[in-house]
Amino acid sequence: MTKKVTFTLDGKALEAREGQTVLEAATDAGIMIPHYCWHRSLGNPGNCRMCLVEVEGTPKPQVSCRLPAREGLVVKSLSPAAKRAQTSALELHLVDHPLDCPVCDQSGECGLQDYYMGIGRYVSVLREDKAHAKKRQVLGPHIVLDQERCILCTRCTRFVAQISKSHELGIFGRGHNEAVDLVPGRTLDNPYSGNLADICPVGALTDRDFRFQVRVWYLDETESICPGCSRGCPISAHTSTQRPWHNKGRRLARLKPRVLDWLCDEGRYGFSDFDSDRLGRLTAPLSEVRSALQTHRDDLAVVASGSLSNEDWKAFKSLFVDKLKVKRFLFTPEPDQVGSEDELLRRREKVPNLEGGRALGFGTEIKSLTWESLGQDIAGGRVRSLYVVDRDPAKVLGEKLLHKLELLIYQGPRMGKTGGLARYRLPATDWLEENGHFTNFQGKIQEYRQALKPLGDARPDWKIFADLEAGL
Amino acid sequence: MAMTVKTVSRPSRGLLEQIYIWEVVRGLGITFRHFFVNLTRHILALIGLPGKPGAATIQYPDVPAVLGARARTRHRLLRREDGAPRCTSCLLCETICPARCIRITAEESPDVMVEKRAKTFDIDLGMCVFCGHCVEACPVDAIRMDVDFVELASYSRADMILDMDELLKPS
Ligand code: SF4
Ligand code: SF4
Ligand code: SF4
Ligand code: SF4
Repeated sequence: MTKKVTFTLDGKALEAREGQTVLEAATDAGIMIPHYCWHRSLGNPGNCRMCLVEVEGTPKPQVSCRLPAREGLVVKSLSPAAKRAQTSALELHLVDHPLDCPVCDQSGECGLQDYYMGIGRYVSVLREDKAHAKKRQVLGPHIVLDQERCILCTRCTRFVAQISKSHELGIFGRGHNEAVDLVPGRTLDNPYSGNLADICPVGALTDRDFRFQVRVWYLDETESICPGCSRGCPISAHTSTQRPWHNKGRRLARLKPRVLDWLCDEGRYGFSDFDSDRLGRLTAPLSEVRSALQTHRDDLAVVASGSLSNEDWKAFKSLFVDKLKVKRFLFTPEPDQVGSEDELLRRREKVPNLEGGRALGFGTEIKSLTWESLGQDIAGGRVRSLYVVDRDPAKVLGEKLLHKLELLIYQGPRMGKTGGLARYRLPATDWLEENGHFTNFQGKIQEYRQALKPLGDARPDWKIFADLEAGL
Repeated sequence: MAMTVKTVSRPSRGLLEQIYIWEVVRGLGITFRHFFVNLTRHILALIGLPGKPGAATIQYPDVPAVLGARARTRHRLLRREDGAPRCTSCLLCETICPARCIRITAEESPDVMVEKRAKTFDIDLGMCVFCGHCVEACPVDAIRMDVDFVELASYSRADMILDMDELLKPS
């Protein structure tokens, strides 16, 4: 246990670990002291001077991001002297700032706007023209830079140095000409580049995917879990449904990290087609699907993916294992649901919840076929019917082989190639349209909440399984 | 916002109200009183004696309506000196509009200094309440409201929606 110290901030007694800075301790306690350059995962260079506070017994204001909390310290962040210091820092940041908020994508969630309205409503005494720099410079596949809006907090350069370790950005020039830019010959294409739009406290780095699609104040936020890989990062899903003409009519506008600080680009940008290629209507009454399943229960194979929630897996097991006593399952992610991994976040399994299936015996008592053996079974006539849950066998095995089947049932949110070949299509909700839980690779069970209404006849997978079972 | 419910008791009707005849006579009395008061005022005005002016009916559309100097009527989008629409597609007017009748979609402008411009800009005048908030909200004076254009009528609701081309044309 580290030692605890108690200090006073604006008349309130706060606890801090010994050596923790005043800014960090205040943030932990839910008190906001203005700051730009400090970020809990990127350190405190102390260059933005926004977090100046008055310290009793010290003649000059101090930056709270480099001020260690010690026993008995008395700090004031709201006193006139502290406010004056913060306002001057803000005024300096805005000396060359274009203030083009109407066209700036950060508007509405911008640190400059927030602090100007919150603490620093000053009248500018500046009479000189503003300095100009590069506008709308595309840095890479996801991020665009506006040098004029940059306040040189160095969060972005620290991110590429410490977190992605890819070193594409640097600060060049001195004084008036100092600017963030790409290292010559490089593009900003590391697998975590989207985070830069999040950490840039102003509108200097913005997201190319999200730019100009919808204003941030039209968005609704829902707590969710990224289904991009088995890490299951907590995310906040920002949806745009109030005014459907924005965001090109798509309901999902963007994903932002929650609890943790980062998201990988695959997860962040992987779901922009959330509403496309959807199944829509049920093709036949469930009773017909039930009797087809009855007839084919001996030659049936079931293909499932790790995108099922824990609730889905339970109903899945109850229907196919306990009720129909199906022997052949395929749920291994190889090779269509695996991808690249790294130390930071990304995992090899590109589905969120195979772990939830494993907890119910899939992969231990119940073995998975491989795509190869399933293909041989179909070719050899041992499997004449296939029930596919949110997976695309037509892509892996080829359409020709699937034509051999007598019965193909497809359940999932999107059509894919297989949906087009299926005799019965059962539209299911995708993760943003249902409540549920995913178990990540560490065994952590995490809840995600419904953000959107289901499209068409879509229903949660567990409901479809349960309804099929109820009538058997 | 919490709703307050106020219970109002029904007015009780007496015998006189229930047989109607007296109420009809009373109503006619009011009508005739206004008729004679206005007649007297018009005659007094005609022969040049002082007094309050009588009520007048405007013979619209033969005589055009006289509007106040600050009347708010049909919207107009303004252009920059180079002829491009001034609108930067900031969506502040769309946000403030209480009738939610403005629909704008944005796109990147070819000019990096302009950054963003409107791709489509529709105002549904059938829903507009002519409050003028959109004009107030605009940071670049891109939208104004004409003062003397009240003849807004069409044969369908869809025709009441003005698109960017129509809004850029002066009425
Ligand atoms: S960075 Fe902030 S203050 Fe600057 S133009 Fe954008 S929204 Fe406005
Ligand atoms: S681009 Fe953004 S994050 Fe980078 S230094 Fe400038 S303001 Fe900071
Ligand atoms: S006048 Fe009022 S109601 Fe009409 S478009 Fe403008 S803001 Fe909306
Ligand atoms: S407020 Fe002005 S600039 Fe902004 S979208 Fe409306 S008309 Fe265009």
